[in-house]
Amino acid sequence: MEETLTFVTLTLAATLRVATPLVLCAMGGLFSEKSGIIDVGLEGKMLMAAFFAAATASLTGSIWAGVGAGIVAAEVMALLHGVACITYRGNQVVSGIALNILAAGLTVVLGTAWFARGGQTPPLGDSERLMPIFFPVARDNILVYAALLSVPFTWWAIARTRFGLRLRAVGEMPLAVDGAGVSVGWLRYRAVLLCGLFAGLAGAYLSMAQNAGFSRDMTAGQGFIALAAIIFGKWRPFPAFGACLIFGLLDAVAIRLQGVSVPGVGEVPVQLIQALPYLLTLFLLAGFIGNAVAPKAAGIPYEKEH
Amino acid sequence: MSLVAPKSARRPLPGWVEIVILPLVNVALAFLVVGVIVHIIGVDSFQALKLLLVGALGSSEAIGYTLYYATNFIFTGLAVAIAFHAGLFNIGGEGQAYIGGLGCGLAVLAFDRYLPGPLLILLAVLAAAAFGAAWAAVPAWMQAWRGSHIVITTIMFNFVASALMVYLLSNVLRPQGSMSPQSRGFSEAASLPSMQAVLKSVGIAVAPSALNLAFALALLSAVAVWVFLWRTSWGYALRTMGHNAEAATYAGTNLRRMTMLAMCLSGALAAGVAVNELLGVHHRIVLDFPAGYGFAGIAVALMGRSHPFGIVLAALLFGALQQGGTELSFEIPAMTREMVVVIQGLVILFCGALAHLPRPWLQALVGRRS
Repeated sequence: MEETLTFVTLTLAATLRVATPLVLCAMGGLFSEKSGIIDVGLEGKMLMAAFFAAATASLTGSIWAGVGAGIVAAEVMALLHGVACITYRGNQVVSGIALNILAAGLTVVLGTAWFARGGQTPPLGDSERLMPIFFPVARDNILVYAALLSVPFTWWAIARTRFGLRLRAVGEMPLAVDGAGVSVGWLRYRAVLLCGLFAGLAGAYLSMAQNAGFSRDMTAGQGFIALAAIIFGKWRPFPAFGACLIFGLLDAVAIRLQGVSVPGVGEVPVQLIQALPYLLTLFLLAGFIGNAVAPKAAGIPYEKEH
Repeated sequence: MSLVAPKSARRPLPGWVEIVILPLVNVALAFLVVGVIVHIIGVDSFQALKLLLVGALGSSEAIGYTLYYATNFIFTGLAVAIAFHAGLFNIGGEGQAYIGGLGCGLAVLAFDRYLPGPLLILLAVLAAAAFGAAWAAVPAWMQAWRGSHIVITTIMFNFVASALMVYLLSNVLRPQGSMSPQSRGFSEAASLPSMQAVLKSVGIAVAPSALNLAFALALLSAVAVWVFLWRTSWGYALRTMGHNAEAATYAGTNLRRMTMLAMCLSGALAAGVAVNELLGVHHRIVLDFPAGYGFAGIAVALMGRSHPFGIVLAALLFGALQQGGTELSFEIPAMTREMVVVIQGLVILFCGALAHLPRPWLQALVGRRS
């Protein structure tokens, strides 16, 4: 009995640990997508943040400088996305893909040039990492709590504030918002920058809490899983949070199921469990599990009539 | 080109500025940023450029490798472009090439004991195209019949393809007793002739390299894509759909079927990477052989303005960068091969998302003169 309890507790803790960057990313992505700016560049923002967070933490020895650098790096990427998509009305998907590829290359190029460790940053010591606060076993660092708080915050900001009301309007019908005398561009910039803030925290979590340092491509598709979670949650904060937890649980279980034979099923391929978030999202998108409707103006650059 | 061109009419630039100058300025901006990054790393840009050029074009071996890399870029560039023309954004080239490799490999593994070389290779190429097309057909079907966004679904399909291939290579196709996740080697008959051997047979001596007949196939594909898009009625309908779906409907085009056609052709073209890599070089199914070529195809297509001729030129440039960059990283350890990935990202950013950035400057320049 006690064994089962330990197993359940550990799996839940692992779920939360794996889900933290997904939750942060998904909440950031929600702000962006709700405002009508598609963000397939979550992955790149997170990767860039992870690199600059670890690099700065290792160079300065300061945790907060590291987290700050991660946020700044993600914000620079977010700003680039904003300039391309809002100011120059470029294609949002093209911009996001560009930033992903740029991040994948630039982190390794700069990492190799600065640290000469094949793209990795020097390993971070305990004083340079985000350490557990209450339960060392659960590794509950401050960003885990930040992720948990980000969900009600996002819900409140989108559903209960004047900013959120306008944000939703600008994602559905920017013309109406413009007509009411509110700047479409400025609203969208704020949404994109909020997205950068959360993605920055997610990146810092990856390289300074979950791992001790940056390694190349360490995001490994988590930005896209966060995107899948947004879709799975039908662009609502709490359901998206739920999707992140499910995807996190799948990941935590996948590690434990490696090489284990499940009674009645046999050995479940780890790759199948890893692909499940994508497969589930595809089933949802195909309309087999309810219907996911994106904000109406998502992906369409807004141009003033005159 | 609806992905790049703005929806509303802008103050138009003269044709030659639009077609020649604007793209060149975009590319120049991307490379300007590359120069800044190289400078930040502390490498002399001009020395790096010299080493890169020598590494890419300095010997017949170097040129061979440049063309071998360019082969992959031509295939994925064409794949992205043909979807672009239909108004679809296929980000799934990576997965389509990967699954194309599965088809190619399965055909060889099943028949390489029975069939003679040419027939076997033909079968393998067709199987690659069929599997690549099939992997693109599912997102196309989801877009055409269920209304799911093709960008999202093709991204997801990349990850599913990757998971599937890791599973198959480590559990099903791996020969007994082998530790590495790859299939058994293909028989000699399934090898695409190397360009060195082909040229030798007509009396031209070149140094051996990875360049093989797939390069010729890539050039043929480029011509075929051009003929299809601009000289057939299906190609015309496809481009009409990309420009104005409503007009295409009125003209009697079945949008759903045209979406399927465009994506299947796109997937089949992406699978060309598998032909070049598996039949030409690795001679077995290996892990992760698409190595980012699928995504790079977006940069190639944007830089080549989605025209087969432009794509071949852009692919040659990216091939030279890839080969030159590899040589460069041997000479200057601080410069890694990933610099090429940075360049791809910047090209997509400046030629795609920020394509209109220099427009006001050019308008001011041209306007003053007229």
